[in-house]
Amino acid sequence: MKNLSLNVIKKPKVSSSPFFEHFKNFSRRKQGIAGLLIITVILLIAIFAPLIAPYDPVDDVNYSNLNAAPSSTHLFGTDEYGRDIFSRVIYGAKVSIQISFITILISASIGVVMGLISGFFGGVIDGLLMRLVDGLMSFPPLLFAIALMAALGSSIKNIILALAIVYTPMFARLIRGCVLSIKEKEYIDSIKVMGGSNIRILFKHILPNCVSPLLIQMTTYFAYAILAEASLSFLGLGVPQPDPSWGNILYDGRQYMIDSPWITIFPGIAIGLTVLGLNLLGDGLRDYLDPNLD
Amino acid sequence: MSSFLIKRLLALIPVLLTVSAVVFMIIHFIPGDPAAAMLGSQANEEQLAQMREKMGLNEPLFIQYTLWLSNLLQGDLGSSLVSDQTVLSLIANRLPVTLNLIIYSMAISILIAIPLGVISAVKHNTGFDYASMVIALIGISIPNFWAALLLIMVFALNLGMFPATGYISISESLILNIKHLTLPAFSLGFIQAGIITRMTRSSMLDVLRQDYIRTVKAKGASPFTLVFRHALKNAMIPIVTIIGINFGLLLGGTVVVESIFSINGIGQLMIQSVLNRDYPVIQGIILVIAAIYVFITLFVDILYTYFDPKIKYSKG
Repeated sequence: MKNLSLNVIKKPKVSSSPFFEHFKNFSRRKQGIAGLLIITVILLIAIFAPLIAPYDPVDDVNYSNLNAAPSSTHLFGTDEYGRDIFSRVIYGAKVSIQISFITILISASIGVVMGLISGFFGGVIDGLLMRLVDGLMSFPPLLFAIALMAALGSSIKNIILALAIVYTPMFARLIRGCVLSIKEKEYIDSIKVMGGSNIRILFKHILPNCVSPLLIQMTTYFAYAILAEASLSFLGLGVPQPDPSWGNILYDGRQYMIDSPWITIFPGIAIGLTVLGLNLLGDGLRDYLDPNLD
Repeated sequence: MSSFLIKRLLALIPVLLTVSAVVFMIIHFIPGDPAAAMLGSQANEEQLAQMREKMGLNEPLFIQYTLWLSNLLQGDLGSSLVSDQTVLSLIANRLPVTLNLIIYSMAISILIAIPLGVISAVKHNTGFDYASMVIALIGISIPNFWAALLLIMVFALNLGMFPATGYISISESLILNIKHLTLPAFSLGFIQAGIITRMTRSSMLDVLRQDYIRTVKAKGASPFTLVFRHALKNAMIPIVTIIGINFGLLLGGTVVVESIFSINGIGQLMIQSVLNRDYPVIQGIILVIAAIYVFITLFVDILYTYFDPKIKYSKG
């Protein structure tokens, strides 16, 4: 990995288009590409779930075919209501990924604004915001999410809200650190002298420098959000039945573990693969965007 | 050192105050009337009024908080709405069980991860390195509850090597204690082991590249002395940090794992309280856990001075 990054630096860049060049550099990292591939496939499955799933995940109940083993008609077998596990896992991808994606988008957006304000203006605002961040980050994430869900009640909207409350401080902390490291640089001073407005300096000159760590963290936290949603649903606090999410399919399968292990095995593989893909992608991005790290 | 400690302890005050405010606010996150949420839909107006009175919900928010906080400072976390036991005694009964599980799990993951990470770094870019990195990556990608279900399927239901559920305390029987906690500890430990292995490897790689390591090599130190006496100690800071952070992850993950293995720890108590809408207990648990977490972070900071005496705390 190290040698590869050195090659990239030494080679003179003949750029056809900046995007293509980025992609070419990125594609030298095998694990990053593997991660990207896994995630792309899973995203496509999530988006085209209605076209891929052979059965309706909720309504196709079949009492003559309960807890059936995997077969050609039901690739992953059926559950306690005779519903097709394959279809439920496919639709589960849609639910789980949507929730995690929106969660990360919200936490990152609010966290970026908080971090920028805190880092750039400093003083009392910084003090107050950072005490709040410190306080929120003192709770173990999953436990905090469970407590919030206990108050809010289980629904998809509330999972997103709870997880966003848990993850926002982590983005605020990251961006604040990044702003602090850049704000003292000389070129920022010269822009100030030339009369650049604060907003302009923040969004045009500081934020772009924080994009790399932000992207890496968003990828990592996407994986955390997938795991957290699955855990909440597995505990019966997340996505309400009968809608499928990977976590609540596992929850269903728990009591039939001995006789019908397929109900638990397949959604677990789906979660594991998605998280693996995101971790690979995150590692690849880190190698590519931050060559100083090993 | 002592002035550093005092400063760090003083810095905890605002953090703990924020923590308490967040915990207090949780019941105000309940949409609508918290009293109605706790009593359910069958409650009549009189019961609701009683509950509001009991919880002090009629006072202005700030007064409610100061009252709650002053009780808290006297060690009064309130009582359970379900069992009438005090929250503190409920937590005190369950906490040792959870700590038992977490410490066992942490021990397993450290014993696996640090040697794996060190060998990977020493044998950088070899088959061993790649293999252990793949294993670590799989470790951090498997959800702990799924690992728990698979472990139960294989080692409890099929092979019958370990019990699938339950808990026996150390004072009753150490062997049975370990037997009961092995599967839960492993299911919690996979992720930790993965994270610690990766951190150990990258931290060791950084240290092994430094000049002083070359000097030690030139002096003819054995590989063992080189790695364990000179490199590992300096590589420990990021490793200790990640272990400290992971303690928090374990405290969260234990909720799911305890519920699968029917272990009567804090995690189970949390789930029962959530199902019973027993908000004082929920608040008590996350408050106590957050406080523990905050003090672990402090402990990690203090450990730094041991691993790197160069870190001067007099200014910090």
